[in-house]
Amino acid sequence: MLRYILQRSGYMIVTLFIIVTITFFLMQLLPGTPFSNPDKLSERQLELMEEKYGLDKPVPVQYITYIGNLLQGDLGLSFQYEGRTVGSMIGERIGPSALIGGQAVVIGLLLGVVLGVISALKHNSFLDYGSVFIAVLGMSIPSFVFAALLQYYIGVRLEWLPAALWKDYSHSFLPSIALSVLVIATVARFIRTEMLEVLGQDYVNTARAKGIGEVVVILKHVLRNALIPVVTVLGPLAVSIMTGTLVVEKIFAVPGLGEQFTLSILVNDYSVIMGITLFYSALFIFIVFVVDILYGVLDPRIRITGGKNDG
Amino acid sequence: MTDTILSVDNLDVSFQTYNGVIKAVRGVDFDLKRGETLAIVGESGSGKSVTAKSIMQLLPKKTTMIDEGSITYENENLLNYSRKEMEKIRGKEISMVFQDPMTSLNPTMKVGKQVVEGIRKHQSLTKKEAYNRAQELLELVGIPNAKERMDAYPHEFSGGMRQRVVIAIALACNPKVLIADEPTTALDVTIQAQILDLMKDLQKKTGTSIIIITHDLGVVVNMASRIAVMYAGEIVETGTLEEIFYNPQHPYTWGLLQSMPKMHQDRSVPLIPIKGSPPDVSNLHDGCPFAARCPYVMKVCHDHVPDKEQVSETHSVSCWLQDERAPRIKQPDFTGGDHVVQTKTR
Repeated sequence: MLRYILQRSGYMIVTLFIIVTITFFLMQLLPGTPFSNPDKLSERQLELMEEKYGLDKPVPVQYITYIGNLLQGDLGLSFQYEGRTVGSMIGERIGPSALIGGQAVVIGLLLGVVLGVISALKHNSFLDYGSVFIAVLGMSIPSFVFAALLQYYIGVRLEWLPAALWKDYSHSFLPSIALSVLVIATVARFIRTEMLEVLGQDYVNTARAKGIGEVVVILKHVLRNALIPVVTVLGPLAVSIMTGTLVVEKIFAVPGLGEQFTLSILVNDYSVIMGITLFYSALFIFIVFVVDILYGVLDPRIRITGGKNDG
Repeated sequence: MTDTILSVDNLDVSFQTYNGVIKAVRGVDFDLKRGETLAIVGESGSGKSVTAKSIMQLLPKKTTMIDEGSITYENENLLNYSRKEMEKIRGKEISMVFQDPMTSLNPTMKVGKQVVEGIRKHQSLTKKEAYNRAQELLELVGIPNAKERMDAYPHEFSGGMRQRVVIAIALACNPKVLIADEPTTALDVTIQAQILDLMKDLQKKTGTSIIIITHDLGVVVNMASRIAVMYAGEIVETGTLEEIFYNPQHPYTWGLLQSMPKMHQDRSVPLIPIKGSPPDVSNLHDGCPFAARCPYVMKVCHDHVPDKEQVSETHSVSCWLQDERAPRIKQPDFTGGDHVVQTKTR
């Protein structure tokens, strides 16, 4: 197991390195410079600025400098905000994103499982069709539509919850609900399909034949086996939701990572773009790794034995 | 205390499907006596498994209709039982072993726990006691290193070993009736013999009555004392092992016996299959269901269902050939000698 984790960590570092490299060179293709109003600057001023930020050097040299700094854990300074490190900017912005995203995942998982289970148990009934309808709707309508609807009806018309901005905890509710719709839909759909499949398995009949109560059969034998594939989809979905969703954060004026990311692309803030991309990728790779480990916990058939090759 | 532990009377089971109602089981009658082994034989789709599952009430409630009949266990009609009451019967009084050991164990639960689960449901034992009992059971069904194997998962077992686990689960609470639904069909021939021996052995120790469902007459010879032959949801012939093998009366039984390979037979002589295919049970006509495939079919067979006739006290058959007006027919040679000889030597 330890060997496996070390091996995987090695791969993860290699993957990250490749991502850094590709992003770095792709970013050079962005039009414009990181400086606002470059037209108003004289040639001499531009040169001085470029020298200050190291942009006068050839791209490969810049790349090596960046990697060198990165290895020391330094993501660099923002081009846009004087004296701000990229690290501190991410740290400041990730909080709100993670909060609304995390809440969305929790709500989505709970409601999704409930909806999926009901749907599977009442297969082909009115309840089933109803929840499939909700799931299809949730998957096909983008979350910003829900965001706008929630904001207008619950935030503005009914005034039950704050419509926007980021002041106290209650401001996180509406964005979370808007984001959770996709999670609910995805989880419900997967749970339903998997439950129906598992319900047809012989071992469910074996469990019933033992005289086990139906509730225990569903929870211990059916749901547990149905959850395995859901973990696979949920991992990456959780990352993308928790690291900030551009549009929803914009709509609710949440000072999150997604909003920062769009902003930096618009103004060519190279180091921030690099930093956020890197952060996002690292988290993503890490979650995929966690999912793989979790898979083994949930399903002993694919448990990684690492070295002890008898499983 | 009567001699009969379980009796099924005039059972009708049908399924609601998109293509209409399918009558899977029609008027099935049989009794199971204490300590005996009854075999239900028949080809695929003849309603054997449906009969078994309706005893356990494991059929999907929504689409299944048990229109008529009763299933009497210890003088109580199980069809009147609520779900909660049935849970007390399942596993404790009546147990079931399923066909495919590869799929009948939960892949994500340790086998020990799967055995313990049933024990804890029906017996008030502590965790530790139940665990020990489970380990004893695994030893009883012949799993080596039972103590270590308790913590193994099903995928770490071979098919034969898994079937032993399934049998251990079924026997966990000393049920009075064990229903084995094709317990050896998915196994290698050598393993089949081991599993059958194990079941016979355990029956001797516990006195459990067994209903064994199979389409393999070889299995029947090894296990059963009585046989019920099913065709298209009906029992067409019932009798003791000797009666069915030496003196079968129904043309379908003849066909089954003829299509069985015989050990001493010249290999160049081809087996004689039953011509045609089983009828579509969603669209049955009035007469005898076997009429379309029967080599001895008469006009009456197409229009009227034959009544059950007693050949002897233990032997009954539903066939118009039993009628006194029917022509006398010379039975084909289906014995080929050896299978019956085999039973005698056992």
